[in-house]
Amino acid sequence: MASGSIDQDNRMNPSPRGPSVLRFAAPQNFYPLAGRLAPWFAVTAAVLTLIGLWLAFFVAPVDATQGNVYRVIFIHVPAAWMSMFIYLVMAFWSAVGLVMNTRLSFVMSQALAPTGAMFCFVALWTGALWGRPTWGAYWVWDARLTSQLLLLFLYFGFIALTRAIEDPRRGDRAGAIIALVGAVNVPVIYFSVKWWNTLHQGASVSLTKAPSMASTMLMGMLVLAFASWAYTLAVTLWRVRPMILERERHTEWVGAVLDREGGRK
Amino acid sequence: MMQWESWSAFWDMGGAGFFVWGSYGVTFAVIALELVLVLQRRKETVKRLLRWRRAVGKDGSGRAGARMES
Repeated sequence: MASGSIDQDNRMNPSPRGPSVLRFAAPQNFYPLAGRLAPWFAVTAAVLTLIGLWLAFFVAPVDATQGNVYRVIFIHVPAAWMSMFIYLVMAFWSAVGLVMNTRLSFVMSQALAPTGAMFCFVALWTGALWGRPTWGAYWVWDARLTSQLLLLFLYFGFIALTRAIEDPRRGDRAGAIIALVGAVNVPVIYFSVKWWNTLHQGASVSLTKAPSMASTMLMGMLVLAFASWAYTLAVTLWRVRPMILERERHTEWVGAVLDREGGRK
Repeated sequence: MMQWESWSAFWDMGGAGFFVWGSYGVTFAVIALELVLVLQRRKETVKRLLRWRRAVGKDGSGRAGARMES
């Protein structure tokens, strides 16, 4: 990704070479940065996934009570964590956008949403397939499952609303409200297994007590959780780039980027 | 192989093959789908914005050059 021509066009920002990381809040600086970083996160995600799968299937032992079906945990838990974490990050960027009126913040939260929804779906899907052999049911209306399903609907609502509203400024704000109000649901999901009597088991890993699982199992799960982080960063940065071009299409720097893209074909 | 006596034991997952592979299979399928959609969206956006630029005459290569491409 050549960024030279972009920097030359950078007339909006008085000190583009300033030391502050805040300069990346400017779309014309963030766009090339995102393009340079995304492949590294993607490679990291791929490598961690391979290591994680190897740990999950060839190192981690069979579970004494559940047998091999427990191996669903290696994607189920990282996916569930990511689905909650991404929603909180979306709420964070929405709050920043509302308070500081920074357009890029709203775009960030919108670029994150589809990946959050994807992980939320994966958590529900793998949970259903794990629930059938262990609980005897694909689905039960228990607090953990119901609040996680609500999270999926919040993602869908956010995505539908921000895409349906023509005026981007109004769409940004409407989406931000859903993201902030819906964020209340995240602690409800997390603590649901404590607050209510649920069929769903309690947390296997917590910050306050030793994890209730074999260390190789834990390792596999953590490696795949980091892989999910790296994947989320890569795919979000890839998704945000065309969104930035769209929003900034009237500027000179986007003109320069498009000229290069057009000439490449 | 550690943990497994044979490949068929591996695929069988102690009888839980459907649930385990159904989980991993669908997960990697939706990840692949997401990557394809993101790539497509990028191509489509660049194409549309190039067309838009030509239409509004913001194309830096001059009006004559813009005609020739379309």
